[in-house]
Amino acid sequence: MENTEQEIISIKNLRKSFGNTEIIKGISFSVYKGEVLGIIGPSGSGKSTILRCISQLETVTDGSISICGQPLVTDGVYVPKNQRHDIVLKSGLVFQNFNLFPHYSVLKNVTAAQIAVLKKSPEEARQTAMELLERMGLANKADNYPCELSGGQQQRVSIARALALKPEVLLFDEPTSALDPELTGEILAVIKELAEEKMTMVVVTHEMAFARDISSEVIFMDGGVIIEQGNPVEVINNPRTERTKAFLARFNN
Amino acid sequence: MDFDKYIKMLKAMLDGSVVSLEIFFLTLLFAIPLALPIAMGRMSKNKLLAGSTNVFLLIIRGTPLMLQLLVVYFGPGLFVIWLKNMGYEIAFFNWLNSWWKRFPAAIIALSINYSAYFAEIYRGGIESIPKGQYEAAKVLGFTPVQTFFKIVLPQVVKRIVPAMGNEVITLVKDTALVSIIGVAELLMVAKERQSELFSFTPLFIAGVFYFIMNWGVSLAFAKLEKKLSYYH
Repeated sequence: MENTEQEIISIKNLRKSFGNTEIIKGISFSVYKGEVLGIIGPSGSGKSTILRCISQLETVTDGSISICGQPLVTDGVYVPKNQRHDIVLKSGLVFQNFNLFPHYSVLKNVTAAQIAVLKKSPEEARQTAMELLERMGLANKADNYPCELSGGQQQRVSIARALALKPEVLLFDEPTSALDPELTGEILAVIKELAEEKMTMVVVTHEMAFARDISSEVIFMDGGVIIEQGNPVEVINNPRTERTKAFLARFNN
Repeated sequence: MDFDKYIKMLKAMLDGSVVSLEIFFLTLLFAIPLALPIAMGRMSKNKLLAGSTNVFLLIIRGTPLMLQLLVVYFGPGLFVIWLKNMGYEIAFFNWLNSWWKRFPAAIIALSINYSAYFAEIYRGGIESIPKGQYEAAKVLGFTPVQTFFKIVLPQVVKRIVPAMGNEVITLVKDTALVSIIGVAELLMVAKERQSELFSFTPLFIAGVFYFIMNWGVSLAFAKLEKKLSYYH
């Protein structure tokens, strides 16, 4: 009854099949305001699919998702299309391979949706964008095109692009998997900074030490189900199940 | 006397060139936008629409342009005769037939023909845009229409420029085909003057004209490609 925390994401009994293959087999979890949820697990365990279901890039087969108390899908039944658009803006998604708009400058990548979707004035959008780029250490790249940037810089632009719409929660889909180890650090530093600012985030990652350090909670998934869930240090340093131990053995030695 | 004839010839060929240029620009003006809904129809999830668009594309691309010119020009007249033989006379078709002229027939046939080829180029361009672009636009809240016009189309334009350059060069030369329905474009004028003067010169001049015209087209497309090379 003490729970005054605001529930940002609520997922209940989520199921997702592609054809006859069930990728997510009934998953439930909640993310509260200011929390960072780390999702770890082997490839193909359904981690990214969860984020894609929250972002409406995939349609769930069954189960419920609500964001900020607003239901998106209840027991497999979606709310009408016109309501889904508002809900998509409550979360921001950072992709593994950035997906920046190559024909737009760095600045325009960050302002385009503010102007076209939030109907902000170009001046206002520019100001927001420049502040974010400044924070990402990319203010001097505002007029460059994505193809002129390193992978790490591109990923920082895509984080700025997502933040520009002021989402309630930021979802990271393996944000460092397309980067070489040297560039990984700069992205992890940005995410860490956001965590310190109490940005609500869900981070799907293969960086175990990172997941342990920034998460308030960690979920270990395998085969479409949650195997273990809890305090990050507990889960990653002292896993209870054999499956988690086997998976983490490579990281903990 | 001879000199006079040559001046006359040059003047007539200049008029013919203007007609060729008109055909060229009008065809582009109509075919470039017309190809977009055709490409959309071809890619539609609606099987009936996609299927019928495909049949249309197969027919247009599978039959000679010259034949299409003949059908468009002579079709309405033959249709009125056919109706009469069936015992019908419909005022609208009589009116259409009396109004029907060579030049608009040429523009319509060429526009339909070229929009079919352009549509397939557009389709190739649209389908080559990575799925991630649509996904990024969707999570940022862009509507499908915004996504298409702001994100997809500008990238498609860049990708299709080389293929479009090819087609436009072909169009310059295909304007000569409309002489089959008696439109006095450059090649038709050149042929007339050649038989009148017993001279090779008119044909040579026509060749030079088409060549220069396509040189211009190539330069324009090279410039456009360069202009769009600020990103990749």
